Amino acid sequence: MSSEPDIRTRTRLRERSTRNRMLRLNLLSAAIGLGLWWLAAHAGLAGLPGPEAVARRAFELAASGVLFVDAFASVRRVLIGFVLGTALAVPVGFLMGWYGWARGTIEPYVQFFRTIPPLAMIPLAIVFLGIGEVPKVFVITLAAFLVSVIATFQGVINVDRVLINAARVLGAGDSEVFRKVVIPASMPFILVGMRTGLGAAWSTLVAAELIAAQEGLGHRMQQAQVYYDLETIFAALVVIGLMGLAMDRFILWLDGRLTSWQERR
Amino acid sequence: MSPPKIAFEQVSCSFLLKDEEVRAVGNVSLDIADGEIVTLVGPSGCGKSTLMNMVAGLQEPTGGRVLVDGAPVDGPGPKRGVIFQQYALFPWRTVAENVAFGLEIAGVPAVERSATVARCLDLVGLSAFAGALPKNLSGGMKQRCAIARAYAVNPAVLLMDEPFGALDALTRITLQDQLLDTWKRDRRTILFITHDVDEAVYLAHRVIVMAARPGRIHAEIPVDLPYPRDEAMRLSPEFRDLRNRVWNAVFHQH
Ligand SMILES: Nc1ncnc2c1ncn2[C@@H]1O[C@H](COP(=O)(O)OP(=O)(O)OP(=O)(O)O)[C@@H](O)[C@H]1O
Ligand SMILES: [Mg+2]
Repeated sequence: MSSEPDIRTRTRLRERSTRNRMLRLNLLSAAIGLGLWWLAAHAGLAGLPGPEAVARRAFELAASGVLFVDAFASVRRVLIGFVLGTALAVPVGFLMGWYGWARGTIEPYVQFFRTIPPLAMIPLAIVFLGIGEVPKVFVITLAAFLVSVIATFQGVINVDRVLINAARVLGAGDSEVFRKVVIPASMPFILVGMRTGLGAAWSTLVAAELIAAQEGLGHRMQQAQVYYDLETIFAALVVIGLMGLAMDRFILWLDGRLTSWQERR
Repeated sequence: MSPPKIAFEQVSCSFLLKDEEVRAVGNVSLDIADGEIVTLVGPSGCGKSTLMNMVAGLQEPTGGRVLVDGAPVDGPGPKRGVIFQQYALFPWRTVAENVAFGLEIAGVPAVERSATVARCLDLVGLSAFAGALPKNLSGGMKQRCAIARAYAVNPAVLLMDEPFGALDALTRITLQDQLLDTWKRDRRTILFITHDVDEAVYLAHRVIVMAARPGRIHAEIPVDLPYPRDEAMRLSPEFRDLRNRVWNAVFHQH
């Protein structure tokens, strides 16, 4: 019989070597992508700016401070909307999963609003909430909320009956079952919801900024489009992509910490 | 005679399945004495789990009464420990944290809790794995963890639903001996469901064979073999005769 530290060290080593191989593949793939982009640009495809031209423009925008103002405005909107949306979605999702009456009352609304793309709410939001920060943050919140609420709700109704019974026969009452079983058991679902919700927040942000904003990456692209300034459009796109990626990685990291107890294939 | 630890009084339990009544258990009466080990065998779907769940308080009888210590069962509680076939460990808790669960609920102070956890892990030979997560345990180790978790709250009754069903023959025999070993010391009342005729005879004072549709007691076979039981007993002619009787009762019910 092997001892426990042995098993753990071995799995961890195996995990690390797979991770390294994956990382190398990721980098290689990114390099190939950049190379193809460079080739396409230099072959004169559709006036496409090359990666070096875009990088130069990004540096100019950064040096003048515009890039930071824009990026800050965008990230702020995404974060506020995402945090609000998720913070609302998790308790509502728990409520829906745990209490039949809450599910019956809330689910029709959630399902109905889910069929409407949050972007379609923008005109209405502008009419009711004006053109300041509020309507933008509102649609982002809505987008993140709708994704996370469904995920949390799914998490609660998917909690293994046997685990709940196991807790009950050990003396757990309703509130203990909820705190000690339902919450941890639905954690993986919630994190999946957060990841998808973050993606929804970003995609809603750019569209919201395209319509009415004084600053922000979406607004910058909108301006650049008027002058046919492809380099700026690309620079803004790349920054959005990189920031989205960074936040996504953060949630993945959180996921790894909070739900490493899961059996994974 | 002392009053029974567990008493089924004309118990029945029906389910509605697509507007059709399924009589999972129909009119079962059975007394189980304090400290007795009773094993329950019978074809799949004959109501064994339903019968046990009613003692656990996870299922309400639709007729009759289930009494533990003379009082009707009212919901689940730590006086009746349950061990499920699917282990039912909390995957986010380490082995020690799993065993501590019931003690946390009972509000046992931390120091006393960890002493009890250590003692229970020792009892099932899992001390070296206290810090491991369930996903890193073998099936046998998972089930031993579940048994330790049940022991930790010191239940008067152990309800075991095919606890060793998913394990290999060798591990199963080890765990059977471990169970009897612990029983020798604490004399808990044990109701044990199994599909393994050998296991049913080896563990029990009494084997109850059930028949299906509706679930009912088909035969009661007392096992007049002394404890402690060991390998020599498994190979004895008395054991073989008992096993054959149980086998016939299970597989030739008509
Ligand atoms: N929650 C339920 N809803 C509807 N029918 C049920 C439910 N639980 C059990 N039954 C039915 O009751 C009958 C007895 O089920 P039970 O699980 O007690 O059988 P069992 O003897 O434990 O079978 P097995 O050996 O396969 O575990 C079966 O016909 C089953 O379909
Ligand atoms: Mg069963």
